[in-house]
Amino acid sequence: MSDNDFILKAEGIHKSYRMGATRVTVLKGVDLAVKKGEFVAIVGASGSGKSTLLHILGALDKPDKGLVKFEGRDLSRHSSGELNRFRNKMVGFVFQFYHLLDELSVLENVFLPVMAGKSIVGWFGSRRWAKNRAKELLEQFGLSQRTKHKPYQLSGGERQRVAIGRALMNEPRLLLADEPTGNLDSATGNGILEVLEKLNSLGQTIVMVTHDERIAQRAGRIVTLVDGKIEHKSCKDL
Amino acid sequence: MHKIILAFRYFLKRRITHFAVLAVALCVFIVVVVMTVMTGLVGDFKQKNYNFVGDCVVGTESLVGFAYYEEFVNILQQQNDFVQAVSPVIKSYALLSPKGSKQNRGLEIMGIDPVRHSWVTGFGKTLQYRTSDVSRAFEPSYDPNLLGCVLGIDIALSRDANNRYFFTSSPMRAAFSISCFPLTSRGALLKAGTGLVNTKTFYYSDVSQSGLARVDSSLVYLPFEQAQELCGMDRSVKRVSALHIKFKPDVKLQAGCEKVDLLWKKFKQDKADERQAYLLDTVNVQSWKDYRRSSIAPMENEQTELIVMFAFVGITNVFIVLVVFYMIISHKTKDIGILKSIGVSNTDILELFSIFAFLVGFLGSCIGLLGGWVFLLKINRIEAWLFEHFGFQLWDRTMYAIEDIPNRMNPKVLLIIALSAIVACLAGALIPSGQAAKQKPVEILQVNQFY
Repeated sequence: MSDNDFILKAEGIHKSYRMGATRVTVLKGVDLAVKKGEFVAIVGASGSGKSTLLHILGALDKPDKGLVKFEGRDLSRHSSGELNRFRNKMVGFVFQFYHLLDELSVLENVFLPVMAGKSIVGWFGSRRWAKNRAKELLEQFGLSQRTKHKPYQLSGGERQRVAIGRALMNEPRLLLADEPTGNLDSATGNGILEVLEKLNSLGQTIVMVTHDERIAQRAGRIVTLVDGKIEHKSCKDL
Repeated sequence: MHKIILAFRYFLKRRITHFAVLAVALCVFIVVVVMTVMTGLVGDFKQKNYNFVGDCVVGTESLVGFAYYEEFVNILQQQNDFVQAVSPVIKSYALLSPKGSKQNRGLEIMGIDPVRHSWVTGFGKTLQYRTSDVSRAFEPSYDPNLLGCVLGIDIALSRDANNRYFFTSSPMRAAFSISCFPLTSRGALLKAGTGLVNTKTFYYSDVSQSGLARVDSSLVYLPFEQAQELCGMDRSVKRVSALHIKFKPDVKLQAGCEKVDLLWKKFKQDKADERQAYLLDTVNVQSWKDYRRSSIAPMENEQTELIVMFAFVGITNVFIVLVVFYMIISHKTKDIGILKSIGVSNTDILELFSIFAFLVGFLGSCIGLLGGWVFLLKINRIEAWLFEHFGFQLWDRTMYAIEDIPNRMNPKVLLIIALSAIVACLAGALIPSGQAAKQKPVEILQVNQFY
């Protein structure tokens, strides 16, 4: 298998945090490779370092040691401006607590990444396209009647679908989901997983963090993180 | 674009923002009102002093005066390029007592030719009865053949309960004895061994309201020749106390005064061999500002003190905005994390909160300016109402020679105040915005869990 088949490769990732007077090592040499179009679930107990790993993969955080390569390019060599563009264009984040902006409408929340990635002039040039794309995504997720609502007027499941819409707005190569169903009841969470599965079936690469083995089963591959190391890898297809 | 939209939404939605706007508006309002009134008072006071003096004064503080003035007046009148008019003036101290009364009071006298003096100063406009015909200022309307005098308004008239002068349709017949000690050119008493004083009777012909408290309460204008005679300056070599000069409109004050100074120095050299040349040594050439410095300087000092005080108000404003922004940004850390997760840069975060601060400053300034404008428009009515109902007056008109509270706003000053308020808001928002921009998204977004 060549390097070109992998969209993301993490090699020897170490990460520690200072906690009061002591230093807590969270990741102790994690290696992970994600192929294009794959749906990977990272599972582990609370405190195992799975969210930290996800943030490092999405360039929201930096490892103390180790490399993260996205499409063969080392992220540590990127300038802060390039990392901002990377987060804007290449990856989409979905968080457990949705993290929508209450001051913006549902539609505005979805097209926010396009607006943030462009200058005022650039935005006026692509405004119509962005609004149409955002409406398409909301329609796809059954939220076409909610475009003018504010996030706090929506249910948890609806908010998470809006968050997924926002993450997909710039057509990212990689979708990173941090406990996307963690704040939802099982029926609503199931709906979100169906959305993710559908996206994956259309070719979207997804890395999802969860502590729930049953939810992880919906992914194509499961990576188990124990005590800062990958202990077990399993593939549904094997 | 997201920065502008979010800044507007934060601005409209956060109630604490309204308090920040209110704080800025209050600061701007206070500064606008105080600066306008104070600048108006100082400007008004300066204008009154200018109206009293003219552009330039060639004069002496000596009560003896200086000689050969007529020749220098001729020289000045030949300077068609910059001199418009010249008025010789006699100044001295005198005793005034109403006819038939044993009481008297000390005051200043000023001998002038009313027409010439009106060409140089605003004398004609200060008159109550002879404004339209200044040449008759010293002609009492009840008998033009009598020798008239123009009294400072506070010498002649009393005020009503509202501190307004009580004017009659024409000056009432009243006679005053005015006595002076005439001096020789050496400063000795001219009439030593005889009667010592020169006394003449003058009849009240008009009042002068210069708006300068000291002038209006202690100065009497007399006809030039009569004052010259009273002071003993009408000898074979006639003397005056000062020459007041008016420059042509396009002449700059400093340049005009420098030219007069050069002419005076040359004149003094030419007269060095004359008998009373020593009198010329006490003569100074001064602009009206220097001539009235002792009156104007305290007002300017008060204005400077106020500006410094209100600079502190501005600094307080910075702290208010700083506290408000700390509070706002501490509630918006989640948003900062979200924005950073979608690729928004530190600079963008800084700009977002700077736009927010600009909006607070801009709206606060607009409200403050509008409030200040409305208040200043009505300030005299408000004061009149307060005086009518509660007897409260901002300035005691018996002490401060002002008619109305100055309320003419200077657009340049308003612009400076508004810009300063906006800059103060931006400065207040700078530290919390900078700290917000530096926050790591991971630390913000990992809600309730360490990793």
